[in-house]
Amino acid sequence: MSTTAPKLELGRVGEIVPRADGIPKVTGEFAYSSDLNAAGMLWGHTLRSPHSHARITGIDLSAALAAPGVHAVLTHEDVPGEKLYGLEFQDQPVLAVDRVRYYGEPVALVAAEHPEQARRAAELIRVDYEPLAPIADAETATEQEPLHPDRPTMGHGYRDDPRPNIVRSLVIRHGDPDVEADVSVSGVYEVGIQDQAFLGPESGLCVPDGEGGVDVYVATQWLHVDRDQVAPCLGLKPEQVRIHLAGVGGAFGGREDLSMQIHGSMLALHTNRPVKIVYNREESFVGHIHRHPAKIWMEHRATRDGKLVNVRVRILLDGGAYASSSTAVTSNAASFACGPYQVDNALIESLCVYTNNPPCGAMRGFGAVQVCFAHEAQMDKLAAALDIDPIELRLLNALQSGDTMPTGQTIAGTLPVAEVIRRAAALPVPEQEELPRDPLRLPGGSGNTTRGEGVKRGVGFAVGFKNIGYSEGFDDYTAARVRLDADGSAEIHCAAAEVGQGVAGVILQVARTELGTEDVTLAPHTTATVGSAGSASASRMTWMASGAVRDACRAALEERDRNGGGAVDVERIYRHPRTSPLDPETGQTTGERSHVAYACAAMRVVAEVDVELGLTRIVWIGTAQDVGKAVNPQAVTGQIEGGAAQGLGLALMEEIQTRDGLITNASFTDYLIPTTLDMPPVVSELVEHPDPDAPYGVKGVGEPPTVVSTAAVVSALRVATGRELTRVPVRPDDIVGL
Amino acid sequence: MFGMRIWLRVNGEPVEADIWEGESLLYVLRERLGYPGSKNACEQGECGSCSVMLDGKLVCACLVLGAQADGHEVVTVEGLSEDGRLHRVQEAFVVAGAVQCGFCTPGLVVAAADLLQHRPDPSDDEIREALSGNLCRCTGYAKIFDAVRLAAR
Amino acid sequence: MDVLTPRTLDEALRLKSERPDALPIQGGTDVMVELNFDRARPPALLNLNELAELRGWSEENGRIRLAAGLTYAEAMQTPLPALAEASRTVGGPQIRNRGTIGGNLGTSSPAGDALPPLLVCGAQVRMASVRGERTLPLAEFVTGVKRNVLADDELILAVDVDAEPGRQTFLKVGPRNAMVISVVSLALRVDGELTASFGSAGPVPGLVSAPLEDAESFPVQVAAAAAPIDDVRGTAAYRRHALRVLTKRALERCLA
Repeated sequence: MSTTAPKLELGRVGEIVPRADGIPKVTGEFAYSSDLNAAGMLWGHTLRSPHSHARITGIDLSAALAAPGVHAVLTHEDVPGEKLYGLEFQDQPVLAVDRVRYYGEPVALVAAEHPEQARRAAELIRVDYEPLAPIADAETATEQEPLHPDRPTMGHGYRDDPRPNIVRSLVIRHGDPDVEADVSVSGVYEVGIQDQAFLGPESGLCVPDGEGGVDVYVATQWLHVDRDQVAPCLGLKPEQVRIHLAGVGGAFGGREDLSMQIHGSMLALHTNRPVKIVYNREESFVGHIHRHPAKIWMEHRATRDGKLVNVRVRILLDGGAYASSSTAVTSNAASFACGPYQVDNALIESLCVYTNNPPCGAMRGFGAVQVCFAHEAQMDKLAAALDIDPIELRLLNALQSGDTMPTGQTIAGTLPVAEVIRRAAALPVPEQEELPRDPLRLPGGSGNTTRGEGVKRGVGFAVGFKNIGYSEGFDDYTAARVRLDADGSAEIHCAAAEVGQGVAGVILQVARTELGTEDVTLAPHTTATVGSAGSASASRMTWMASGAVRDACRAALEERDRNGGGAVDVERIYRHPRTSPLDPETGQTTGERSHVAYACAAMRVVAEVDVELGLTRIVWIGTAQDVGKAVNPQAVTGQIEGGAAQGLGLALMEEIQTRDGLITNASFTDYLIPTTLDMPPVVSELVEHPDPDAPYGVKGVGEPPTVVSTAAVVSALRVATGRELTRVPVRPDDIVGL
Repeated sequence: MFGMRIWLRVNGEPVEADIWEGESLLYVLRERLGYPGSKNACEQGECGSCSVMLDGKLVCACLVLGAQADGHEVVTVEGLSEDGRLHRVQEAFVVAGAVQCGFCTPGLVVAAADLLQHRPDPSDDEIREALSGNLCRCTGYAKIFDAVRLAAR
Repeated sequence: MDVLTPRTLDEALRLKSERPDALPIQGGTDVMVELNFDRARPPALLNLNELAELRGWSEENGRIRLAAGLTYAEAMQTPLPALAEASRTVGGPQIRNRGTIGGNLGTSSPAGDALPPLLVCGAQVRMASVRGERTLPLAEFVTGVKRNVLADDELILAVDVDAEPGRQTFLKVGPRNAMVISVVSLALRVDGELTASFGSAGPVPGLVSAPLEDAESFPVQVAAAAAPIDDVRGTAAYRRHALRVLTKRALERCLA
């Protein structure tokens, strides 16, 4: 580095520690996946389908091959190995074979000396499409011709639903789902398609190793599962494909699935040259999966004094053209549908279907976001129907350790729902600011639309929860390797993807804590030197990496003691408590637990709404979150603030719009995420009750704020407007009542 | 693919590049001149991740035609630190925890440094408005505001 | 693709007459998006950045002349209240430092934020070619969605507006509180009569005038003059509704 770093105190678990990658990131020296270069490098480009559903009747490459600067033009015929891949089910073609099922599906690849040459050549590829009627409506998808006649997600222990286009169909029956109660409220809720909109577009560099293998430098969330998908499609052994983590410009679930990894490798191996692929923003919007849009029917039955008796839920998720992680999202949506409340009777039907809409998969909150919006709207509705304070209603029903989930799982770890509710509710709300004010501090912001006319204030509240770690019997583990040198210094190897969330810091803090030395470095994240870390998702990485690094450090110290000193090199694998599948017929857990652990958050939101124009300003957010044990409190509040912003975005502005499956707003001009003028200050209370099953008691912190904030923001808008607001993002039309 | 040659100053150094005429200043900086610090997040002027100073004015490098920079002066994030010392905005971003994935950081650092040069003691509204052209997806901005206030002190 | 960079206006006009297919580029905030996203590959670009003749603004004989290269950041400093307010709503600071009034005219988008405030100020567009200069009212300059009367060999030189602004304001609705393309916008001038112009509610910015005593019915008149559509940014019904609200609020500000 050309700059002199300020002396940063390097701390241990529980201390505020500046990021180790902070300095290279502020100077511009940090190498992201789009910053990489290699001698002789070519640029790859992906030709994508302009149709959401079409048959391919012919492809003519001749003009593209003859174009200047072009080194390769490849189609599905050039895929050396398996033609299909997928995160959980192999249902997605590396390159479309005879049919495209979504807008933007990859059809052909070009490598050229300059990106413009690659683009021009791609334009010369002639693809003959015979357009087919797209399945664009999830509600009727099970009545249409099957998009995947071989039913790739069936036969994996899920309920056998014979209808076409089922990704997963799950029914949870709990207690007596027909039981009646004094009061019933019901509603239908809708959630639009949200995009992760990470700032660093998909990109990477693939370098042939000269011996038939390839090194892939890429921004991803799970190096080893990338390798395990890439290698078979290239017809290579896993060790011939080495995935190295390049700088990651945000992820939020959007980098769980492959993007350019196989494509870049194919071009690199074909040309025997390094190949770089960088998506632009428009391509990024079609280049990764999104948060599932949902339609949710809910009925809550309760006693006159507010005790929940029975919750009946029907969830419809649009999975889009390919399965991705939809089966797990389907199950998550179902298992959190009742919210963090004790419910003795429930009937929850959760269905995810294939359509020709954009493929959906993992995004921060993973099924819990959609249902939280619905169940919290229902709780507010129930409170109004019973004339009970909405916070009191939530406290009355709050789930706690030892209670039973609708899946029959007894909550073993900590889950301080009542405490987060009380602490969030106790946060003092700021006074309403006098008029006149700068329009920047009014709904409409810089648009100068009001001086105070039409502005009403509302204070809203919501609670949400989510699982930590992979569920339903998945063998979820993380490997870490510790090399102690004779001089006492240590080098940690762990493939846990640093996607911005700060896991690299967590690893260092744990290692310093265990080894009792400041002299610890973290080796590059790669598949080449250490086993799998699992995915940087499901709020699991802090827990899992902490466990693996702790265990490896302790083992290394023991071995050094046994050896009487010297250098040691130890790798350990950490597993969280084992989970079990859900029974395919009843949705009940078949073992002690189907989720590993839970974390909850409560949030209070102050909103001002211009009820005549339907514009909003979120004034203040206060939240209390169950974090187990904060490894680095500054990083934890950073996650909470950022997670709240993404939930606010879904509540107010973020939606991928489609027409017959075609995305109509694939740009940052029309897919809007919150700016500095949209985000209020966030007051965060960290509720620390160490989880007995977790290393140091830590819980993941990334997802709960996103789960709860959409619901909390809309709750505040409802109070301000008096309207039901059953769909997110809330549109100005909905507030105005058009 | 070289259509034309341009000469400019980047971070005080005279440089020249052979470019294709349609390339943006951002591409020229990142791919031709070895200054990848300015980031390619949206390439449509909506995110500010490629913010640089062009003749002393804060601009998005993605919206400047490379050829338009011919004969002009550009300062990128790489040019902010002097004599091996971090700019006070850079240091404040690290200390305040304003960096997560960091992809927006170079642009925000440049924009914040520009703000403080014109307004050494900005109000909260001024900070928000001055940074409203820079999107961040990780932080929710709170710690970025903290960093700017810290640097202003 | 050729890039032509004239150093004087005369040279620019000569180049434009020789290369009528050259696309003028000034701030690049529209043109570069087209290039970056592979939507346009013009045979040539005419870089106007070096032309001193297109910079700044001046006042003469009761009219203000805004040179085509005037940026939004500079327009915020002019004595034209609605234009200054409108300019503050354009993009972020980076965009306001580069985007220009001339570019907004050249693009002629119905969402062009500078157009309504210029229209209420009686804007006249000055154009030139090697054949000579001509001036047209802005309302006649813009002819449709991203269409205008500019000939292939012409460049926009400046816009002339009334220097006596009267009372003015500008309001713009967007789905978030900064950095938005307008869903609908409105400029109002009260100066002996009521003059309103709206953006994003028809193929071209609308212009509506009425005597002062029509203030009460004016919001309905303005909304009735609009021809909005449904698109990804908003619905026609909302745009019409919002125009009524915006006009009412603008009148309250300017008649207070």
